[in-house]
Amino acid sequence: MTKPFPLLLLIVLCLAPVPLRAQEDTLTVVTYDSFAISEEVQDAFEEQSGVILEILRLADVGVMVNQAILSKDNPLGDVLYGIDNTFLSRALNEDLFVPYGAEGLADIPEEFQLDPEFRVTPVTYGDVCLNYDVNYFEENDLPLPESLEALTMPDYEGLLVVQNPATSSPGLAFLLTTIAVFGEEGDYTYLDYWRDLIANDVLIVEGWTEAYYTHFSAPGRDSGDRPLVVSYASSPPVEIYFADPAPETAPTGAIVADNTCFRQIESAGILQGTDNLEAAQQFMDFLLSVTFQEDLPLQMYVFPVNPAAELPDLFVEYAAVPEVAVTLPYEDIEANRERWIQEWTETILR
Amino acid sequence: MDRDNPAVSAYTIGLRLGWYGLLAVPLLFLLVFYFYPLASILWVSLAPDGQPDLSSFGRLILSPYYRETLWFTLWQAVLSTALTIGLALPGAYVFTRYRFPGKRLLMALTALPFVLPTVVVAAAFSALVGSNGIINNALERLFSLETVPIQLERTLALILIVHVFYNYTLALRMITGYWANQNTRIEEAARVLGSHGWRLWWEIRLPALRPVLLAAALLVFIFTFTSFGVILILGGVRFATLEVEIYRQTVNYVNGLPMAAALSLVQIVIMGAALIVYTRLQRRVVVDLQSAESVARQPRTRGEKAFVTATLVVIVVMLFTPLLALVIRSFTGTEGFTTEYYTALGQNSRNSVLFVPPSTAIRNSLLFALVTTALSVFLGFIAAYLLTRRARWLDPIFMLPLATSAVTLGFGLFIALDSPPLNLRRSPLLVVIAHTLVALPFVVRSVVPALRSVPAPLREAAATLGAPPWKVWLWVDLPLISRGLVVGATFAFTVSMGEFGASTFVARPDTPTIPIVIFRLLGQPGAVNYGQGIALSVLLMAVCAVSFVLIERIRTAGVGEF
Repeated sequence: MTKPFPLLLLIVLCLAPVPLRAQEDTLTVVTYDSFAISEEVQDAFEEQSGVILEILRLADVGVMVNQAILSKDNPLGDVLYGIDNTFLSRALNEDLFVPYGAEGLADIPEEFQLDPEFRVTPVTYGDVCLNYDVNYFEENDLPLPESLEALTMPDYEGLLVVQNPATSSPGLAFLLTTIAVFGEEGDYTYLDYWRDLIANDVLIVEGWTEAYYTHFSAPGRDSGDRPLVVSYASSPPVEIYFADPAPETAPTGAIVADNTCFRQIESAGILQGTDNLEAAQQFMDFLLSVTFQEDLPLQMYVFPVNPAAELPDLFVEYAAVPEVAVTLPYEDIEANRERWIQEWTETILR
Repeated sequence: MDRDNPAVSAYTIGLRLGWYGLLAVPLLFLLVFYFYPLASILWVSLAPDGQPDLSSFGRLILSPYYRETLWFTLWQAVLSTALTIGLALPGAYVFTRYRFPGKRLLMALTALPFVLPTVVVAAAFSALVGSNGIINNALERLFSLETVPIQLERTLALILIVHVFYNYTLALRMITGYWANQNTRIEEAARVLGSHGWRLWWEIRLPALRPVLLAAALLVFIFTFTSFGVILILGGVRFATLEVEIYRQTVNYVNGLPMAAALSLVQIVIMGAALIVYTRLQRRVVVDLQSAESVARQPRTRGEKAFVTATLVVIVVMLFTPLLALVIRSFTGTEGFTTEYYTALGQNSRNSVLFVPPSTAIRNSLLFALVTTALSVFLGFIAAYLLTRRARWLDPIFMLPLATSAVTLGFGLFIALDSPPLNLRRSPLLVVIAHTLVALPFVVRSVVPALRSVPAPLREAAATLGAPPWKVWLWVDLPLISRGLVVGATFAFTVSMGEFGASTFVARPDTPTIPIVIFRLLGQPGAVNYGQGIALSVLLMAVCAVSFVLIERIRTAGVGEF
């Protein structure tokens, strides 16, 4: 019985030195685990630039940014993709990026251009919005809550499930929405609002998956009994895309009323220390190209920042974009995140 | 004989050195892949500018929030451990002493919960006992109730239930593996002398089981003390363990790393204390091991039959109803029975580079699990020998990786092994190493109690007859500890198949495992994605079930030779 083990160890040790250094003609993109593009789009870039694209996945945005900072002096790759505005400040403060004004940046609307020094390039945006179970609201003849305040009304008691901002990205976005809308000072602060939400029996769960699949009541789930959930404005079209079987009407919808959604803007940047600057710059240009931008909605369920990119029919028909989405300056988010989450936690626990 | 012959003594010295070298291998492994990364991340976190800054410890000690977190962490771990061991003991008794149909399969299947991602388990429990779950709905209809009868969501009770669900197999397997090798002569003698009922348990059985009870309790305690997913998902906002807090600090805050490091150190120190207590309690107990035929027999009296049935019913209900709920769910679409989710798993409908065929995920998982099992059994076996024969005091050191926060360990591996000669940052080997660090303690804990109980006269006899140490080891020790070794190997395999901790914090080029793909599927909207996530979880269970049965086969084949 012992014999195979030393042998296997040998095999393991032999395997060790194989995938160490990336080749010269490889461009390594460091990103979060759910990064997705079409095979054709990846091929298009590789053909056009003559470099092989290597996608290196880390757990999630928060982990990714921290690991990029920890490996600053010995970077993992050439490009960091997917930093959203809630983590941007941290990355910029640590001087992670080589500034680059990507081709086509001039055509990108002002509101997405977060960094005047071009250290990062905006690529996508998406809105964290309330989603609702269409059936429930029709059957109960209930109007949709069109403001954050409405959620504290008796009509909506026990209907909403949200995520914990300490562990979930949409959860944090929803907390930031309430902070932007109600503020920290005055007669009625965001914490007062949360007290009212709790009095109205809001359910707070750990993450998006649990909220969306275990507690949200839309069809195709097992035990959910809450018809309102914090998710994305892009969730309803994706819900249809992955419905079983294809429904005649949309089972879920997003509420995009003014000041109820939080806008997340995702950026990419060239990592300091890259030995492949030219290819990295080509990739940044490619990120803004119509080819890549039009691939985004059905791959990563976000919206293209390039206005020239056309949305797929599914998104045109079923995705709503809020006219007035909430944002906060990214410096403020970074400066206050810890305190806000702490205060929120204490309010909830009390 | 030839003592003065220089050639012979050089040969003996060479052998000796080789022998010591081999003994040092597990220690070296820990040094390079545990202590060095841990020290690196703690240093970077606590001394970002080269000067140690210990103010986070001050914040930690002064904050009532962290004190409460620590207290809750301890409290729930103690409760979970007591419950798990208490429930597993009758189970182990039934498995050791009785024969019943389907015994081996049942034993193999008890390990299934251990591999499932928490997100999936939470969904299963919610579907079963949630406020809108199957059981509550049935009760409400049956008794026309107005309110939800069973309200478990977000309670300590649910956390404890799920901890038992996860860890039951640990206790059951370890205790059964040890007990089955125990000689029953003492017990028979005690019976003849009039010891019955609780006295038999209290004075004979429990003392004889003490080493393994302590070992199993220690593992369950460590596991629940560092519990992460269960607390996060099932406990909601109100409950947090140190591990949960470490994760929050690391991910959320600019200044989170020093606090995370401080919390990690506190966790390690507490675990170290528990390990020292364990080593103290683990007095040398002489237990007569035999590799003879199993003492199991058919239950005879009505009382025996009732006891066996009741125990098995508890196991089946506790462990398998949630699993069954998952299996049923994976075949249920909005319009009844469907195999669509399984078919969809194999289709790249969006032509996405993110797509992973299930066969690839299964292959990756199996490959990692096999290499992890081989490596940790190899290292664990040597380590167990080292711990029982040479250096008992080293024992706690081998348990520490399990007691270390996965986030801290993952980040440590990430920053420490980033330059030649050990640039493993993008190597799949780093995943194996992370898995092995977690699996090794299981092997050590499964083997050490058995190895300690190998009768010394046997080994002395072998040595007197001229067998060198490695031969004694191979011919005397190995056969007697084969059960423990297989238990350890099963755990190593299981840990690797289900691991979603430290290895998620190392960079992954292109080796997605089953849990990672499940996680991705459950992170996207759409009933088909959800269905696929559940279907893949069922596949994960199936792959593991088959593997467990195979491992069990290997063992029986092996024992037959001895």
